[in-house]
Amino acid sequence: MRPTRTLRTAACAAALLLAAACDSSGSGGSSATGLNPPDLKAPTKLGKTEGQVNLVAWAGYVEDGSNDPKVNWVGDFEKQTGCQVHSKVAASSDEMVKLMKTGQYDAVSASGDASLRLIASGDAAPVNTALVPNYKDIFTGLKNGAWNSVKGQMYGIPHGRGANLLMYNTEKVKPAPTSWSAVFDDAVKYKGHVTAYDSPIYIADAALYLKATKPELKIKDPYALDQKQFDAAVALLKQQNKNVGEYWSDYLKEVSAFKSGDSVVGTTWQVIANLAASEGAKVKAVVPKEGSTGWSDTWMVYSKAKHPNCAYKWLDWIVSPKVNAQVAEYFGEAPANSKACAETSDKNFCTVYHAADENYWKRIAFWNTPIEQCLDGRKDVKCVPYAKWVQAWTEIKG
Amino acid sequence: MATDVTTAAGRGTVRRLAGSLHRRPRLRLTLLLTAPLLWLAVLYLGSLAVLFVSAFWTTNSFTSQVVKVWSTDNFHELFTTPVFRQVILRSVGVALAVTVLCAVIAFPVAFYTARVARPRWRPLLVVAILTPLWASYLVKVYAWRLILSEGGLADWMLAPFGLSGPGFGLPATVLTLTYLWLPYMILPIHTALEQLPANLLDASADLGARAGRTFRSVVLPMVLPSVAAGSVFTFSLSLGDYITVQIVGGKTQLIGNLVYSNIELNLPMAAALGTVPVVVIVLYLLAIRRTGALNSL
Repeated sequence: MRPTRTLRTAACAAALLLAAACDSSGSGGSSATGLNPPDLKAPTKLGKTEGQVNLVAWAGYVEDGSNDPKVNWVGDFEKQTGCQVHSKVAASSDEMVKLMKTGQYDAVSASGDASLRLIASGDAAPVNTALVPNYKDIFTGLKNGAWNSVKGQMYGIPHGRGANLLMYNTEKVKPAPTSWSAVFDDAVKYKGHVTAYDSPIYIADAALYLKATKPELKIKDPYALDQKQFDAAVALLKQQNKNVGEYWSDYLKEVSAFKSGDSVVGTTWQVIANLAASEGAKVKAVVPKEGSTGWSDTWMVYSKAKHPNCAYKWLDWIVSPKVNAQVAEYFGEAPANSKACAETSDKNFCTVYHAADENYWKRIAFWNTPIEQCLDGRKDVKCVPYAKWVQAWTEIKG
Repeated sequence: MATDVTTAAGRGTVRRLAGSLHRRPRLRLTLLLTAPLLWLAVLYLGSLAVLFVSAFWTTNSFTSQVVKVWSTDNFHELFTTPVFRQVILRSVGVALAVTVLCAVIAFPVAFYTARVARPRWRPLLVVAILTPLWASYLVKVYAWRLILSEGGLADWMLAPFGLSGPGFGLPATVLTLTYLWLPYMILPIHTALEQLPANLLDASADLGARAGRTFRSVVLPMVLPSVAAGSVFTFSLSLGDYITVQIVGGKTQLIGNLVYSNIELNLPMAAALGTVPVVVIVLYLLAIRRTGALNSL
């Protein structure tokens, strides 16, 4: 009796699976709209503050002293503006987009791989920069970027930026690498000890390398890849995967891997390199000759925000010289406000992070959201959208 | 005086209530079971049903919002994409390897704690086996990360033999999971061995069977259901784990990691992937049921 029933259940399950596998209707056509943002208006003047503001932010961007009593730039904001701050920490760009869609939040610190999605879907409103007095001191390199503006209209206030660097163990990696080939074509030398950032956006790093080494692919923008260019980048990453020891997404994990020697070469952030070096690891981090990818975060306002006036006050506050310096130092990134460098507690901070070095940032391709309409302006081909990047990333890791 | 009257009245009400409940067994049963059954049906089975249904939805590729249009694309993709098949097989393989390793290690340990050690030491030994369960999961896994890292304890101990540790990867994952779930295997085997009647072993010896024969023909058949019961824990816990593999697994990914990486952008695909372990475990439980192990859980 029992075996029969077991068998029957198994057969049913199998039949169910088969049915699912067999009757696949063709995948529905995607309805990407490209960058044709809904016609939204930025406010022309500010009204009375609403008494509170709800924010979505990266960890370390909205600190009210609850994590570390000494790290607090929310308290003074609340005192000065009377806006009570409620913040929600998001762990990924995708989570940020999702949270903003709930309509409960007024502003978000979006990275480039989220900002375009928010603009295109009409969730982020254009920002009237005249209402943010500190905007005038923001580094020009951060204004009107492809990731935070559309046709000259800013959709947010730049917060800070950082580059994805090539870190290596100075004892084990010789000669000192000057090219990303150390983690791609020459990675086999360090088989099992190469590391890479665990996110689909890392495909752009491979594309950036191919842009320099395979000119026949004609890659102009690592975030605008047609199918052929995309396949080449994916193939390169699959090749790299054989030599990768582990991928990192949690930065403490990378610090520990470089300290122990489990990883000897791979991508990193400046803050990780500093932390690893301060804990005794023999490491150095450089921008290789091909340039690099990087991120730049932007504070955006929700198009139907319930507390827009407090949100604008927050935008101005977070890029004010003193607060911007505090956030940048706490998080480990280059501040957006040019006057912030005078306010950092470590006077060398802006030099280490290249805050004012526009030539340095010219070599950085900031994270952007890959969409079907090629971001580099090509009209004759379709580019591979981000959802496909996510699938490819799973396949690369195998 | 007044309080006495109220308590007496209160007592009267309670007694009347108890009496009416006593006369109506069905009402008694309903009151007793409604809350737990609601919990089971709504929260537990309900969420499983939602998981299964949402696996048939799709997402908008640009905004990644869930579109509630019925389609079997996700399951089609699940069975036609080589990487998904590979990861599913790998996850089941890890779960089986962990289960087998746990059983092989747990049996001698349980035999010692249940039959060889002096009776007054036995409770202490059981406590010792349980102690690791009191420590945080993450602490234990990070400890293994340190043990297995380059130049760590594993390398140091194997160096005299000219070997090096396994490093981070699939073997490290299996090893760490085996360590984590071992107590769940030892305990049921310990219980079964403890309850094994000594006169059966004596009878076997009297009839001329050697130790090996007694083990195969007497001990093993009686303990096997407990091994199966323990394997339900080790198998299902291993199949669902995705954190250990992130910490010591190097670049390895298991089903849980795929669910995690899809959950924000493609919830229906994550749901489809999430039904895989459910189906596998249901099949496993049905197979285990044949051994009668579920009765000894």
